[in-house]
Amino acid sequence: MNQIVALALVLFAALLLLALTLRKRKSPAVFREIAAFARLRRAAGLAVEDGSRLHVSIGRGSLLSPRGAASLSALALLRQIGEQTSTSDRPPVVTSGDPAVAALSQDTLQAAYQSAGVTELFQPNSGRLAGLTPFSYAASAMDVARQDYVSTNVLVGDFGPEVGLLTEASERESATIIAAATDSAAQAILFASAAEPLVGEELFAAPAYVGADPAHRASLQAQDVMRWLLILGLFVMAALKMAGLP
Amino acid sequence: MKGKLVATVIAISVGLFILVGTLLPFPILVPMRLELLRWAVIISSAAVMVGIANLISVHFQKVRRREKNSIYSAVLILSMSFTLALGVVFGPNGEWTQALFEGIIFPVEASLMALLAVTLIYASVRLLRRRADLMSIVFVVTAALTIFASISLPFFGEIPLLGDVIGPWLTSTLAAGGARGLLLGVALGALTTGLRALFAFDRPFGGK
Repeated sequence: MNQIVALALVLFAALLLLALTLRKRKSPAVFREIAAFARLRRAAGLAVEDGSRLHVSIGRGSLLSPRGAASLSALALLRQIGEQTSTSDRPPVVTSGDPAVAALSQDTLQAAYQSAGVTELFQPNSGRLAGLTPFSYAASAMDVARQDYVSTNVLVGDFGPEVGLLTEASERESATIIAAATDSAAQAILFASAAEPLVGEELFAAPAYVGADPAHRASLQAQDVMRWLLILGLFVMAALKMAGLP
Repeated sequence: MKGKLVATVIAISVGLFILVGTLLPFPILVPMRLELLRWAVIISSAAVMVGIANLISVHFQKVRRREKNSIYSAVLILSMSFTLALGVVFGPNGEWTQALFEGIIFPVEASLMALLAVTLIYASVRLLRRRADLMSIVFVVTAALTIFASISLPFFGEIPLLGDVIGPWLTSTLAAGGARGLLLGVALGALTTGLRALFAFDRPFGGK
């Protein structure tokens, strides 16, 4: 029974995503303003203008686990940031705690540079593996956050409580922090330590807000539609239960 | 270009196969799905070697250029080589390898954990100064109530009302409900992100 429900949900989401992506719109979709994303767009622009560096930390979510979705979303965001800052004097540095994600971050950055027409500026070591355990990753990423010229730390992906050390290091350097995580403990820590925290599924909205890819925007709209259907379903089921129906 | 196309076709085919094998109960799909997952584990292990080579390369360049704090990079390369040598000679469960883990790595990670606790207390104290809005006040009051509800005072034991009524209600009703809401949102986000990769709208493996 559970598998049938899951299959129906996946099929519905797939059809909705395809329909919304391929639909011809007269005007682009308008989303509510999220302060953290406005700040991120501004930080990317400033990094190019003042020659500072962006540090993008994309967490430890292995692609072989359910947490890999956070890493995929962070890579999509990295693609957007990479394109916008590829012409900066100091290219963005990407740290991750999973080797496969680190390799993908290099590939993503290279694609962003190619897309911006500045392939010769790409440096393979801009995407690096910071550490294999949570705290070795945090310690290594803290070192990057403390480097000269890092003006903004973008911490988006799968983190645990160790993200608190990263925000602290960033704050000591007076750098801007944009942070989002899927883990509930990390979200609570980010709420207390980041100026503009992103909560819950806002992590998955990041590529749609920073770039203008129709698939990312459609994905966000599909999430909204499914969320409202889910809320409706929960109300109906609660009402049925209150009425004594099984 | 051709390589990217091949990578995309392989990634989409394997992704679809795993998804179908998970959702449809056809017995023939189960061993094939498990075999593909075994391949993925082997490839991830190879990725660990590539990642470590990348880590050494980054730190070696820092030492070579004599960058600021490059002494730490030198220490990292030396200790990594030493640990690798110990692992190769004595094996991962050898006495010396275990001593290294128990004597250095675990205590260092434990001290970082302790540092994290102090950092979090400091962050909570500064929260209201940084962002004095309704949600921050709710956050701090809830955290304080939960902490006081879980402690027991000398001679008195649990704090009356807080320990037996308000504390359990906060954690099992409000916090659990909120956490489920967040998890549902994250699950929907993960679903659409996965589908984007499956439809090749996002191709981190093939240059998009």
